[in-house]
Amino acid sequence: MATSDKIGAVMVVGGGISGLQSALDLADSGFKVYLVEKQPSIGGTMAQLDKTFPTNDCAMCIMAPKLVATGRHHNIELITNADIAKVDGQEGNFTVTGTQRALRVDASKCTGCGSCAQKCPIETTDEYNENTKVRKAIFVKYPQAVPLVYSIDQEKCIGCGICAEECKAEAVEYDQKESGFEIKVGSIIVSPGFDEFDARLKAEYGYGVYQNVVSSIEFERILSATGPYFGTVMRPSDGDIPEKIAFIQCVGSRDEKVGNEYCSGVCCMYSIKEAIIAKEHGGNIKPKIFFMDMRAFGKEFEEYYNRAQNEYGIEFVRSRIASVFEDPKTKNLVVKYVEKGEPKEEEFGLVVLAVGLTPPEDAETLSKVMKFGLNDDGFCQTGAFTPVSTSRPGVFVSGAFSSPKDIPMTVAEASGAAAKAASAIASARGTLVTKKEYPAEIDVSEQEARIGVFVCHCGINIGGVVKVPSVAEYARSLPNVVYAEENLYTCSQDTQEKIKQMVKEHNLNRVVVASCTPRTHEPLFQNTIKEAGLNPYLFEMANIRDQCSWIHLHEAAAATKKAKDLVRMAVAKSRLLESLENLTIDVNQQALVVGGGASGMVAALELAKQGVKVHLVEKEKELGGNLLKLHYLPSGDDPVEYVQSLSKEVASNQNITVYTGKKVKSIDGYVGNFKTTLESGEEIEHGTVILAVGAQEYKPEGEFLYGKNPGVMTLLEFKDKLKKGEVKGNTHAFIQCVGSREEGHPNCSRVCCTGTMTAAIKVKEKNPDAKVFVLYRDIRTYGFREKYYKDAAEKGVTFIRFDDGTKPTVEDKGGKIEVRVTDEDTGKEVLLTPDNLVLATGTRPSEGSEELAPMLKVPITKEGFFLEAHMKLRPVDFATEGVYVAGLAHGPKFLDESIGQGLAAVARAMTVLSKETLEAEGIVASLDETLCDGCGICVPTCEYKALEIVPDKKDEEKKTLDINIGLCKGCGACVGSCPSGALTQMGFSDEQIVAMIDAALEETVKNQEVKQ
Amino acid sequence: MSSATPNAQSQEKAEGDDFVPKIIVFCCNWCSYAGADLAGVSRLQMPPHFRVIRVMCSARVDPEFVLRAIQKGADGVLVAGCHPADCHYIGGNYRTRRRIALLRMLLQQFGYDPDRLRLEWISAGEGEKFQKTMVDFTKTIEEIGASPMRGGD
Repeated sequence: MATSDKIGAVMVVGGGISGLQSALDLADSGFKVYLVEKQPSIGGTMAQLDKTFPTNDCAMCIMAPKLVATGRHHNIELITNADIAKVDGQEGNFTVTGTQRALRVDASKCTGCGSCAQKCPIETTDEYNENTKVRKAIFVKYPQAVPLVYSIDQEKCIGCGICAEECKAEAVEYDQKESGFEIKVGSIIVSPGFDEFDARLKAEYGYGVYQNVVSSIEFERILSATGPYFGTVMRPSDGDIPEKIAFIQCVGSRDEKVGNEYCSGVCCMYSIKEAIIAKEHGGNIKPKIFFMDMRAFGKEFEEYYNRAQNEYGIEFVRSRIASVFEDPKTKNLVVKYVEKGEPKEEEFGLVVLAVGLTPPEDAETLSKVMKFGLNDDGFCQTGAFTPVSTSRPGVFVSGAFSSPKDIPMTVAEASGAAAKAASAIASARGTLVTKKEYPAEIDVSEQEARIGVFVCHCGINIGGVVKVPSVAEYARSLPNVVYAEENLYTCSQDTQEKIKQMVKEHNLNRVVVASCTPRTHEPLFQNTIKEAGLNPYLFEMANIRDQCSWIHLHEAAAATKKAKDLVRMAVAKSRLLESLENLTIDVNQQALVVGGGASGMVAALELAKQGVKVHLVEKEKELGGNLLKLHYLPSGDDPVEYVQSLSKEVASNQNITVYTGKKVKSIDGYVGNFKTTLESGEEIEHGTVILAVGAQEYKPEGEFLYGKNPGVMTLLEFKDKLKKGEVKGNTHAFIQCVGSREEGHPNCSRVCCTGTMTAAIKVKEKNPDAKVFVLYRDIRTYGFREKYYKDAAEKGVTFIRFDDGTKPTVEDKGGKIEVRVTDEDTGKEVLLTPDNLVLATGTRPSEGSEELAPMLKVPITKEGFFLEAHMKLRPVDFATEGVYVAGLAHGPKFLDESIGQGLAAVARAMTVLSKETLEAEGIVASLDETLCDGCGICVPTCEYKALEIVPDKKDEEKKTLDINIGLCKGCGACVGSCPSGALTQMGFSDEQIVAMIDAALEETVKNQEVKQ
Repeated sequence: MSSATPNAQSQEKAEGDDFVPKIIVFCCNWCSYAGADLAGVSRLQMPPHFRVIRVMCSARVDPEFVLRAIQKGADGVLVAGCHPADCHYIGGNYRTRRRIALLRMLLQQFGYDPDRLRLEWISAGEGEKFQKTMVDFTKTIEEIGASPMRGGD
């Protein structure tokens, strides 16, 4: 296809956390995005979660900024409440048609104030709260929903007309019809997420029959402060706080009977999280988790599991639950199980079923409409080397739709899919994005403040409590206020025009809006005054709705007084506001990739495909990394062949300069402007850095006779022998978790269980009579990898579980290996005399990570892996902008996951490299050099390493502070620490905040003066 | 809207000659300000005697701001930030914690009840915690009484 045919737009299907990430990455790197969501609001499953593991972050807190950014992005168009009917065309040029179901509310008029729902007489079950709560027939999915537009549930609405009457914005349209849409896009990303397993299909647990048996997602809502019981852990039958809670794992996962043989990958961790949070909510709650294998395989997950046991006292019982019965009198539940061969019964107040992840309901429809393949389990089919590609070129996939996975892997894949989607249409970058033109800015620096105040009624949301006319009148009386008015809705489109008109008419040079919260509405008003020729930072808001009328509903006089105070405070700050300039930073559009393993090469190639000049530095003489030693993949694909083809592609790519056998000596600079020197002297200038330095297999010198008996070897060494046909003997024993999940290395190495299955299956395939023993603690073959565990067991591999505290012992009896292990199931000691003892050893960070980290001012974990900016939502970013991590350098992971992260790092890097200049935040720290004495107290307060003490250029004797605006995030922590008042936070200066304090207490001061 | 609410009493107070507390609340933009908004969205009711000042991070709260508020007659000052480990700016709230502990000591040395200054962690999802905090802190300040700057003890 000719370049000119390509369309610089991407359709993302599904607005969960995956779709949000893909959309933001693409829109930030020069592509138009259509985000198509079947529900009226975006947010997906993550928006329903209370907390996230392993950091216990509040899900909504960390997600809301991404929701808002997506809703506001001028290059992202949301198409909600929509279904896709047809996808024609091919990679680079698709035509998509579909329908948007009627909301019965005019989205352009609805302000999201919620008056309609307050008065709607119809209550129905609330899907967002998993039916644990009620909502009205006119509703919004959740308070922070984007877009914040109400819609009418057609099935429940009785057409009484109350909402239409109540809506002062006249947004209700009962007769609204569905509408069709047609869009043209170059690439497509599908991320429809997953559905929860319907626990009714496991009738033996009584879900849907016994009131106090709930699913894990229902329990998530019960835990939530916005849930049915406002965060108090109560049981549905009687509102009692349950003393004992049972969590039953693998409901609908690892279960042939229900047809789901795969492991859902996330349930072990979310159950631990829910147990911990329940315990935090009520100290007397005693959670007990019934599980088969505890699969805490992710980064720092094992430590979380350990804390749950040791600090929170959560009990773990290894048993598959046979059945649950209700005591009809107490509504308590009797759980029957077998522990260490003994049948037991125990009573609980509440039972939580850890339901598995299933393909989304519309998986088949999507696959038919879009013409891509599904796998045997009904998820989207992907390949071992192509984790984010579907079977149809130009259509990519991310998130739980391709296999059950947790949020960080989902977010990484979402960025990865964005990179692939962008590469396919790289030549059309920038062709469909718009850049808004604004009038020239009026210089107000010499003008006295002329403030305009706009006070909002918000229908009756404010006006029903606060006397808005008197607030507007009061505003008029304040110094420097030259104009004030009241509006029915200050945020409506006609008011924006009015504001612009008033700025002109009255020569306003500051604008104050008294309405709702700046968190959602400040950008709208800032944009309005920008259109009127004012600097956007000359705007201030008074929150007289969320933080006044809504929380003092029955105190009209006090609320009105408070609203006046808030307006006075905003005006006081407004008087001192200054125009701020968003500084621009020039960007060097070349990239540095450190590490030439799979993830590094994947990243380099993908960057090169998008036209970026890449410098790839590898310390070894040959590209390839760990894959050269892996030999086998469980899927049967050949990793060596793959890595060799990558190496060839890299070597022949015009855009990539390869530096093999070379190490980085130093890296200086900041986003857009890095300068790297290699030990061999070469200097490279670049705008971003991707760290893909890999990791290594632990060599357990001295453990289990390793290095002493030639029959004892690591897993990679065994695979190497297997490949070369050098394995002797017919009996092989594997010991798992060598150098993982123990003191000093508390976390799981993630890949060793599956690696062992791969080797064991290979051995049995070569010689079905071979005897293979696997000594393990938990088998962690998560996701679809479960099938390799099953395959190994079916091929006759013997699995022996040993207790976490009792390692097997190994002795050398005249050259023969003797292994003794206590089988936890039988309690008996087993003696094995294998020809080969294979140690599945842990993953250790690469040598050199520790030297690289300080060069880039990025952190590493105590185990030595690079620590990303946020464990959930920024899996390949660092707090330091322009620096990214991928692959094993971030922690142990499989090849497909490393490839996904390599691609993700590309999408993140392209948000920088696709631009010639970057705009720095206007709200940053600034220094008055005449006041700074170079004491350096502020330096450690900066989490972004933006501050440095340097010699004063004017006076060699003195020292002063240097602020790197490229690194500053504008938190103001340094400003608060400065003892000499030399630092200022633009937009939140000492003067401005003090003016607000004084204004808030103005009358108090007056009283005091009277007294004196 | 019924007038028989728990807050009716405080309204009477506000209108009468009784002590009406003046409370300044500093909220960080990312967690506690959002928590305060959520309290509003959830229509959680609380006494109307506080005024919120938004800062980007609780670590921006310069000790000078707290002292200024006290000097100008605030009866109580509340600083609200993200929970430990949740800080939008990585670790700003840890600095706030240290700063507030020190400021409380300082206030005591100057003869103020240190409970006039409080630090709370309120997440964006904790509208109810914001409400409870405001109810409780207002009660505490009512018990302590007017600031010495306003002629109290």
